[in-house]
Formats: sequence, structure tokens, C-alpha cells
Amino acid sequence: MTFAENLMDVALLTAFIVAVLAQIMSMVRVAIGPTTGDRILALDTMVINAIGLIVLLGIAQGTRIYFEPSLLVAMLGFVSTVALARFILRGDIIE
Amino acid sequence: MTLQIIGTYAVAFCLFIGAFFSLVGVIGLLKFNDPMTRLHAPTKVGTVGIGALLLASMIHAWVFGEGSMHEALIMAFLFVTAPISANFIAKVNIHRKACETPPDPPKDDTWSTLVDPLAPEDDKALEKA
Repeated sequence: MTFAENLMDVALLTAFIVAVLAQIMSMVRVAIGPTTGDRILALDTMVINAIGLIVLLGIAQGTRIYFEPSLLVAMLGFVSTVALARFILRGDIIE
Repeated sequence: MTLQIIGTYAVAFCLFIGAFFSLVGVIGLLKFNDPMTRLHAPTKVGTVGIGALLLASMIHAWVFGEGSMHEALIMAFLFVTAPISANFIAKVNIHRKACETPPDPPKDDTWSTLVDPLAPEDDKALEKA
């Protein structure tokens, strides 16, 4: 176990803890957010943090199979954010 | 130093950068006290934070296995879509009057997001626009 490997283990653990903390903190913003825009923004941040968690899992396990899930989550997150915002703006998603 | 040690250091550095920017962005999301101010904080998570994590994953794949550029696709997608969703959320804030209403346009127009499409008295404004 060299110093570089130790440092990378610490970095991976730090990144995991920070990603989970970020997920929890944006969940708090979803719960308390006074306006609708805040809730949509916090949900968007949660999707981005979820992509980060999936990527970190891929690094920790050393596999390449987590690429497709993270791309799918990114696309679904964008579409759902736009759909929510459009529903608030127009009262309908596809007119 | 072999290539593997340099790669390990690079991955650890990118992970630290990504974790730091994610934390900063989410603290901003939680602590700011105005919807439009809160809108700007998570952009750090969406660009630098997730970009550094994906870069770490890419370097890890190049150093320890057969490398690939797949993560660049996610990065490009996120960088392209982040301004669009931010624009939509800003329009939601203006529409719900959660922020200061923008000043009236110079001619006798109205802002499209401030017109309620169901209100009958706004029909003329809609036809004009």
C-alpha cells in the first residue's frame, strides 16, 4: 500500500461522503423551499449529485458498466426539469 | 515515478476538486436567501463538480484499464443542458413573481412569461405578441 493508493482511498471516501451530504442538503431544500422554482432547482441538483454518486461507484469498483446508467440519469434529469418548469409556466407539458 | 503513481495522484486530485465544488454549490443552495441568488449556486455542482468527478473516472479508466472517452459524452451533455434548465427555472421564478419583476418593455408589449394564458383580459396582449 503506497502513499498514492492511500491518498486515493481517502479522496474516494471524501467524495462519497460529500456527495451523500450534498444529496441530503438538496433534499432539505426540496422540503423547505419556499417557492416552486427552488424545489425544481433542488431536484435538478439532486439528479446531478446522483450522477456523481454513480460515477464514484464506478471508480470504486473499477468497472465500466456504470457509464450507461449515468448517461440515462443525466438525460432523464434534464427532461424532467424542463417538463416541471414547462408545467408551471404553461399549465401543460405538450400543447 | 511510474505512470501509474502519477495517474493515482491525478485521480485523487480530481476527486478532491469535485467534492469541494459539490459541497460549495450545495451549501450555497441551502444558505442563500433569494430564489434568483439560489439559482446561481448549484451551477458549480453542475459544471466543475461533476466535470472533475467525470475527469477522475476517465483518468482512472486510462491508467488502470483500457481507457475510453465515454465520460466526455456525459460531460458535454451536462454542459449543454445546464444553461437551458437554468433559463427555464429563471422563467419559473419570474412567472411566479418569486423575484423582482423585470421592468416593462419599451413599447406597449408584455413579458410572455408574465401573461396568464387563461385570463380573458390578456387575450389582446397574446394576439399582439
